[in-house]
Amino acid sequence: MAWNDKRPMSPHLQIYKLPLTALLSITHRITGVGLSAGTLFLVWALVAAASGPESFATVQAVMSSWIGYLILICFTLALYFHFCNGIRHMLWDIGKGLDLESTKKTGPAVLIVALVLTVLTWLVAFAAG
Amino acid sequence: MAEFNLPANSIVKPGKSYPAAKSGGNIRKVIVYRYDPSTGENPRTDTYEIDLDDCGPMVLDALIKIKSELDSTLAFRRSCREGICGSCAMNIDGANTLACTKAIADIDGDIKIYPLPHQPIVRDLVSDLSNFYAQYASVEPWMKTTTATAPDRERLQSIEEREKLDGLYECILCACCSTSCPSYWWNSDRYLGPAALLNAYRWIVDSRDEATGERLDALEDPFKLYRCHTIMNCTSVCPKGLNPAKAIAETKKLMVKRQG
Repeated sequence: MAWNDKRPMSPHLQIYKLPLTALLSITHRITGVGLSAGTLFLVWALVAAASGPESFATVQAVMSSWIGYLILICFTLALYFHFCNGIRHMLWDIGKGLDLESTKKTGPAVLIVALVLTVLTWLVAFAAG
Repeated sequence: MAEFNLPANSIVKPGKSYPAAKSGGNIRKVIVYRYDPSTGENPRTDTYEIDLDDCGPMVLDALIKIKSELDSTLAFRRSCREGICGSCAMNIDGANTLACTKAIADIDGDIKIYPLPHQPIVRDLVSDLSNFYAQYASVEPWMKTTTATAPDRERLQSIEEREKLDGLYECILCACCSTSCPSYWWNSDRYLGPAALLNAYRWIVDSRDEATGERLDALEDPFKLYRCHTIMNCTSVCPKGLNPAKAIAETKKLMVKRQG
């Protein structure tokens, strides 16, 4: 929004203490953007797999480097967070859980469930080798 | 695209200090946003030290004490001092609220007081809420009917119909909710904001009102209603304990429902 006013604009983000609901809301958007970018990574892996052993080996090398793992773990965490918080948003859309008491419970719950699912996924992945 | 930074003329500079007159007592720092339109200077924050043992319990008491004892140039709005007029809405300790119902005891450390966020500032804590009021007016907050009124009685409501207005009619239009909403910060020229939408819904669900379809038509717009992303700052700050986010969600549900 263009500010066509000679008078000053009062501070907003600079001074506001955003509550958890607001922080999760912006995180939902950031993870959404991150997942879109991460999906390109997935497409690259699929294309490489279809193109032959050499290109697949390159993907394997990148994915099993520490930076590859970091991206994959972040992607999993973002995916689970976006998924769990997406369910929360769907419940809100049908008018459920929109009172402050509920949001104070479902907010931390989303964070915990996303974290637990990420840890479990990677435990299974590492156990399977 | 949202502009996250303040314009150059709005950057807040450090200001003056008003130390406590005498040592001892229960001294607390109150940091207040100041803007004087006559100087052409940027806004600043002034620091006042006040003795809480010699001050009323609410933030408004502290402001009145500053104005009457330390600095008479401080400008702020206040009237009822009991949370019903909505005049003293401001940003205290990082959240919008009414200075008259916010207890000093609930704040840790320095008391930081700013005007309602992302608004044009007239002076100090006084912001220009013309746009906010225009948006309220745009939802036509009055009863609209097409049928004739019976000559011998009022338009009646059942107890259940009347109960639907609870949590809606109590809005005092203090603007705490709308000016706490990041979506409203970035789009207040097109998004109506939680206060106006709560009041729109108050008339949409009123059983006596006969313009429900017309009211929903007016909100069927990518910005007016649908810029609400359930950030929930509105409900978090409402000093009357109302839930604008819920009212907006219910309005969205009615939009879907009437499509059959």
